[in-house]
Amino acid sequence: METPIEQPIQKVVEVCLLAGKIMLESGAETYRVEDTMTRIATAFGLPESHSFVMPTGIIFQPDGGDSAKLNRIMERTTNLRKVDAVNAISRQLCNGELSIIDAVKSLHKIDKEGSDYSIRLQITAASIASACFAIMFKGSWQDFIPAMISGGLGYLFFIYFHRLVKVKFFAELIASFCIGIVSFILTSVGLGQSVDIIIIGSVMPLVPGLLITNAVRDLMAGHLVSGVSRGVEAFLTAFAIGAGVAIVFIIL
Amino acid sequence: MIAQLITSFIATAGFAILFNSPRRALVQCGLVGMLGWITYVMLLEHVNNIVATLLATLLIGVISQFFAKLYKMPVIIFSVAGIIPLVPGGLAYDSMRRFAQNDYNTAIHLGVQALLLSGAIALGLVLSEVLNQTLRNKNNN
Repeated sequence: METPIEQPIQKVVEVCLLAGKIMLESGAETYRVEDTMTRIATAFGLPESHSFVMPTGIIFQPDGGDSAKLNRIMERTTNLRKVDAVNAISRQLCNGELSIIDAVKSLHKIDKEGSDYSIRLQITAASIASACFAIMFKGSWQDFIPAMISGGLGYLFFIYFHRLVKVKFFAELIASFCIGIVSFILTSVGLGQSVDIIIIGSVMPLVPGLLITNAVRDLMAGHLVSGVSRGVEAFLTAFAIGAGVAIVFIIL
Repeated sequence: MIAQLITSFIATAGFAILFNSPRRALVQCGLVGMLGWITYVMLLEHVNNIVATLLATLLIGVISQFFAKLYKMPVIIFSVAGIIPLVPGGLAYDSMRRFAQNDYNTAIHLGVQALLLSGAIALGLVLSEVLNQTLRNKNNN
């Protein structure tokens, strides 16, 4: 493989950190982030780079005596398109098809992008998925429509409150509280049979399923710090959802 | 059974939208989720839910690897959406609800089960990766 032309180390470090940051914020696994950063660095003549990736930050040390750089990660969502896009850029960089300056430009562009799908479509997807989950978890077809309504409303509240107050825990608590209230009202009106099935279906879009699995995977791969911190994050989310619904059960 | 097939397909594709998967991968994501869920439901009649989850995830992992190679996208795009129906999110929530309602015995019981199930999912994904790597090494030699 022909090695791309030598680049100033700062530029390489910038690309590596930016790529790592976008991937980590978008929900990529820890090993994938480290692997991508090492590959890019190697392609630009820094085979001995070291990276230390945690869910809350990335430390990257290029070859030799250069100082390490730190990037703080504040917010983590799941945005698989960004993971795919950064992956494609890193592949092009390693094959020498893309200059490092173009890479920085397109990475900055990816970083600023939001979701590909409109909020309305996301809420529709969440409500339909909730309804389908109610059926999958052995609910009757009478639960389909109520789960759709409460799942959609729950996700709507989650997005709205997450924008209003930047604390994810609080947004999840409010959203699941709403799901609980709506489910209770709908079943008491006579729409839907089982409150439990409706609630479980509706909270599925909020539930930290990916986090739990990623946590166990990180632990198995030996990324102990990442595994434990992801696990705690998953626990907090599950607790927020459980508590939100439990408040409804207690007050009603 | 047909209802299960259709709902699991739609649910997984819906999750793929929430995870902002690339548009060209949505149908494949739904397909992976559907196959995984149906495998799980059918296995449930013969083995307990942990073994069923493990085997279903293994299948999801293998299909995701195949799709990843076919469409030149990261494996995570297909596997994450695919495992969503199997993920014990409902259990994790239920366990937390019991804790909040002072029903500690049931809470611990459900929580441990959720932990074991996510362990099975992670193990299934890792196993499929190992399988893939071994096959690739064999082909290269």
